Amino acid sequence: MADNIRFTLNDDPVELSGLSPMTTLLDWLREHRGLKGTKEGCAEGDCGACTVVLEQADGRRQPINACIALLGQIDGQSVRTVEGLRGLDGAPHAVQVAMAEADATQCGFCTPGFVMSAYAFAAGGEAADAETIHDALAGNLCRCTGYRPIVEAMTKVAGLPVGPVPSALAREQSAAFDGRFFAPRSLADLLTLRAQYPEALLLAGATDLGLLASRSRKPPAAVIHVSHVPELTAIAEDKEQITIGAAATYAEALPALIAAYPALKTYLARLGSRQIRSLGTIGGNIGTASPIGDMPPVLLALEASLRLVSSRGARDLPLDAFFLGYRKTALAPDEVIQSISMPRLWPGEVFFCDKLSKRRDQDISTVAAAYRLRIKNGVIEDVRTGFGGLAATPVRARNVEAALKGQPFAQATFEAAADAVLKDFQPIDDWRGTAAYRLTAAANLLRRLYWRIAEPGRAVEVEAL
Amino acid sequence: MTATVRHPVRHDSALKHTTGQALYIDDMPEPPGTLHAALVLSPVASGRLRKLDLAAVAALPGVVVVLGPDDVPGTNDVSASGKGGEPLFAMDRVEFVGQTLAMVVATSLDAARHAAERVAIEVEADEPILDIETALARKAYVQAPATILRGDLDTALKSAAHRLSAEFQVGGQEHFYLEGQIAFALPGEDGDMIVHSSTQHPTEVQHICAHLLGCDFNRITAVVRRLGGGFGGKESNASWVAGAAALAAHKTGRPVKLRLPREIDMIATGKRHPFLYRYSVGFDDDGRVLALDAMLAADAGWSLDLTPGVMARALTHTDNAYWIPHFRAVGYACKTNKQSNTAFRGFGGPQGVVVMEDALDRIAHHLGRDANEIRALNFYAEGRDETPYGQTVDENHLARCWAEVKKGGDYERRRSEIDAFNRASPILKRGLGLFPLKFGISFNLPHMNQAGALVHVYIDGSIRLNHGGTEMGQGLFVKVAQVVAEVFGVDIDRIRPSATSTAEVPNTSPTAASTGSDLNGWAAWEAANTIKQRMIAFAAEHFSASQSDIEFAEGNVRIAKPGSNQVVSFGELAKLCWLGRVSLSATGFYKTPKIHWDGAAMRGRPFFYFSFGAAMAEVAIDTLTGESRVLRADLVQDCGESLNPAIDRGQIEGAFVQGQGWLTCEELWWDKQGKLRTIGPSTYKIPGSRDVPPVFNVTMLANAPSREATIFRSKAVGEPPLLLATAVWTALKDAIAAAGDGRTAVRLDAPATPERILAAIATVKA
Repeated sequence: MADNIRFTLNDDPVELSGLSPMTTLLDWLREHRGLKGTKEGCAEGDCGACTVVLEQADGRRQPINACIALLGQIDGQSVRTVEGLRGLDGAPHAVQVAMAEADATQCGFCTPGFVMSAYAFAAGGEAADAETIHDALAGNLCRCTGYRPIVEAMTKVAGLPVGPVPSALAREQSAAFDGRFFAPRSLADLLTLRAQYPEALLLAGATDLGLLASRSRKPPAAVIHVSHVPELTAIAEDKEQITIGAAATYAEALPALIAAYPALKTYLARLGSRQIRSLGTIGGNIGTASPIGDMPPVLLALEASLRLVSSRGARDLPLDAFFLGYRKTALAPDEVIQSISMPRLWPGEVFFCDKLSKRRDQDISTVAAAYRLRIKNGVIEDVRTGFGGLAATPVRARNVEAALKGQPFAQATFEAAADAVLKDFQPIDDWRGTAAYRLTAAANLLRRLYWRIAEPGRAVEVEAL
Repeated sequence: MTATVRHPVRHDSALKHTTGQALYIDDMPEPPGTLHAALVLSPVASGRLRKLDLAAVAALPGVVVVLGPDDVPGTNDVSASGKGGEPLFAMDRVEFVGQTLAMVVATSLDAARHAAERVAIEVEADEPILDIETALARKAYVQAPATILRGDLDTALKSAAHRLSAEFQVGGQEHFYLEGQIAFALPGEDGDMIVHSSTQHPTEVQHICAHLLGCDFNRITAVVRRLGGGFGGKESNASWVAGAAALAAHKTGRPVKLRLPREIDMIATGKRHPFLYRYSVGFDDDGRVLALDAMLAADAGWSLDLTPGVMARALTHTDNAYWIPHFRAVGYACKTNKQSNTAFRGFGGPQGVVVMEDALDRIAHHLGRDANEIRALNFYAEGRDETPYGQTVDENHLARCWAEVKKGGDYERRRSEIDAFNRASPILKRGLGLFPLKFGISFNLPHMNQAGALVHVYIDGSIRLNHGGTEMGQGLFVKVAQVVAEVFGVDIDRIRPSATSTAEVPNTSPTAASTGSDLNGWAAWEAANTIKQRMIAFAAEHFSASQSDIEFAEGNVRIAKPGSNQVVSFGELAKLCWLGRVSLSATGFYKTPKIHWDGAAMRGRPFFYFSFGAAMAEVAIDTLTGESRVLRADLVQDCGESLNPAIDRGQIEGAFVQGQGWLTCEELWWDKQGKLRTIGPSTYKIPGSRDVPPVFNVTMLANAPSREATIFRSKAVGEPPLLLATAVWTALKDAIAAAGDGRTAVRLDAPATPERILAAIATVKA
């Protein structure tokens, strides 16, 4: 198979040959296409200066970080950059005018990225409340303005009418670019490729792997891109459980997850940024097996299980048994994660989660924690926890669970659980926090949990003030 | 309409910014044959360089040349001070992880970076100094300790009714300009070199390039259209980046671009100086400060860089807003094996003022009084108005700013509300902090307070403006253009600001110390006025009118002779002048009057004037996790008669949020080997939009024209409002104190991360 990467850029069709599919979209825009409006600020998907927008057939406009998106991923997509916002007459877009008129630019280097995030926000028809605006801007950093005028400009662009989405060059069949970027369109093709190229990295949203190409400048030799396999992107719900395809993006999975577990609303808003959630996947967050991923603690507490598939067949594995050690998992070389299933909450069950970080938005957790408890007649009948940032893998706190299970729902019980944290973990010191802080904070999160359940109306976080 | 000075004129590049058309250096078209450079950095914090195998990578694909210390034709030194000791390429000793050892020049950026990573480096490592305490113990300094002394300190401290001592630290700060360091050098004939540099100091770029190449200054032209953020980080650091690019261009005869990727930028360049403080303060029963004995120890990093100036500003701002009869501040500039710390917005001022803010909080706790009454009690005032270094505090707006911020922020009501909240809330606590500001304006070195401008009027009436200041987002170009438009009475659109260039205005000072508009505004005014006077003289003769009859307004020139009222357009008069052989081009020059400074005695009048302000911040903390949030900020900032209220508001808001970041979420973290591990936005967290106080009231002090003859009676605004964020730190301490008995003074080191806040809470609960 020797396919060319095809996509739509600012309404124009593009077909590429002779270029590495591992080239980042940002490098291609700037160095090959000569579009210099999109900037590199960090090359790690965190500052948003490279934000461009994917325009989906269903009308959604999704901001992404061009610096960590690989060209192979962009195949079949429709991309809009800051240059493509101008009208046919060359007039600046209303978003561009609003940002200029609000004095929302100073040095201007971050501005194209903000403009594109604002464009995606405006096109989404969302409310212009502070919460939504901060959510829409969490993936963009500005060092000059102090943001106030940018937020003000956002209130002026909300709900602006937008034009039609250009037709995308969607592909029906599996494709391979340059013999090393494989983009299967069926589960069968995916499993064949996985067996054939066990060294190839599985690529979903590239919000982590993309850094190899952008920051490290050492893109993987070969990847299998799982995002176009229908079995991996499906989201299914029934009375008992929710099943999220491993390659469904956060943006796609969020509505179902939040409906089932309302506590995830604020928690997931803090997972990366819109740019990250446009492409990032739960399967990727699990597969990368980072000890500080945000989803594993949640999924551990929910007793999620994974469906792992290979050409040999399928098996279900509790997530609890998946993480074997630091960045080591139970995934066989020929397997892929197909989906993640999690049971719905039963009556009498409560679910909460917490994340501690230096900055509230778009930060990696120092400590992440999730808890599911079944409380009946004042007794904690069952409990399951998940913690991140405290060990080499995301992990349950079994001593904490033991201290809670079967005990009366009372402050003293949670004090005992807080003490048990010390028996569960020996964390490390790093730039996100010392071991001592992680332990103290994790213990205190259990104290916070007591108040969350005991007095649901009470503000237990500064964000609630 | 002629919207000129005092109008909220929009940034001249705003629409170019939002449409992606504003060109930064990395966006410029590259001539064929352009090469790309990458740096080879030391992996070790301290040691002797044993081996640097450059030859081995020279043969790698795409590599054109690999340059090390032996390849520098001039002097291998990039010290901003010119005192030496700061080689472009380390020669024998390596002094920090990230020090430049060599440079690979290749046909592509990736080829250069890959080769640079493969250079074999051997260093015989020795024990690095990685913190201020160790440097103090070993007396490892980059310069001799400096002291400001007044009065009989020891007696005053001893005889004071009360005396307290304390210690605390504040961290450094990464500039995190969104555009990383970059330079693009284009060689010409006879050794000429054009260097496009993202620099705040084009003249220093010119000098460093010439030193490295061993050529006259006149061969190097440094050009700067705009920076994607500077904040002090592109003062001395931009020079060596530009010098390296120029060296590579010189060696290869081809254009060379050197752009530091974010992690290289963060690991190789200096930051704001961290400080450690120890002080004793003596005071009376009312809380009047009688004596302060303060030790300020800065982490200068491995070399001198701009540390002398930073330390001088820290020491001259240790008094902040307060009259301290007996005063001693001793500054130690500690040498550590880390990045060489450098200018950062505030330039030591923010690190100076925190001493008294900490002391006054402690005094209030000790006496059981409201810390903000104690603050006001100690303000500079009539008869108590001489700083410890001998400058009189003129035009004192402290009391006014203080009253306005307390009134606007409804201090009394909110104080009692917050106290009531805290009594009822065991887990979440709120705190209120106030901060008065006095910030000295001028470079501490008097000779730097000079500027030049070059103005051309063309015969269609369009005007080209050039001056020595650089545009880094702060709106300097539009402000200076407003000044010129005001002089000629023309619309601002008639003025074309042009890229800063050492070929147009020579021997300039950096755009720093908040002086950009003050200095360049006057220089441009002088240039424009020179031309205007020539035009008036010509018009008077041409129209047989007296000079006083000639009036420039709204794009026209009116010859208001008795009995006639002839009007010609500005362009028409320009053309008449040309026909009449009148020069329509002029330079302008300005030097700040009145200032003098004795750097040895640390006495004089270093500042032309003071900028004043006040801030009130409200925060909330979580006593379980240490998380915090700024709920509200009220700021009053003295801008004199603001040249441009829209631009100045942007400076105030942006500076405050940057200061808030320094004191809260921005933490630099080195591992035990001395390697910086917070090297990108994923690990180093600057404030995001949500971190901005949801209630954020910014006022410019009204009816406060500068008493000194500043340009249109405006005042500098770049740095002072950054210090207003000190109120956030004070508010956090207030909230933490409320977690204890409320009477215990709090030590809160900055940045006040959740971890530090939780640790501070533990001390007041114990």
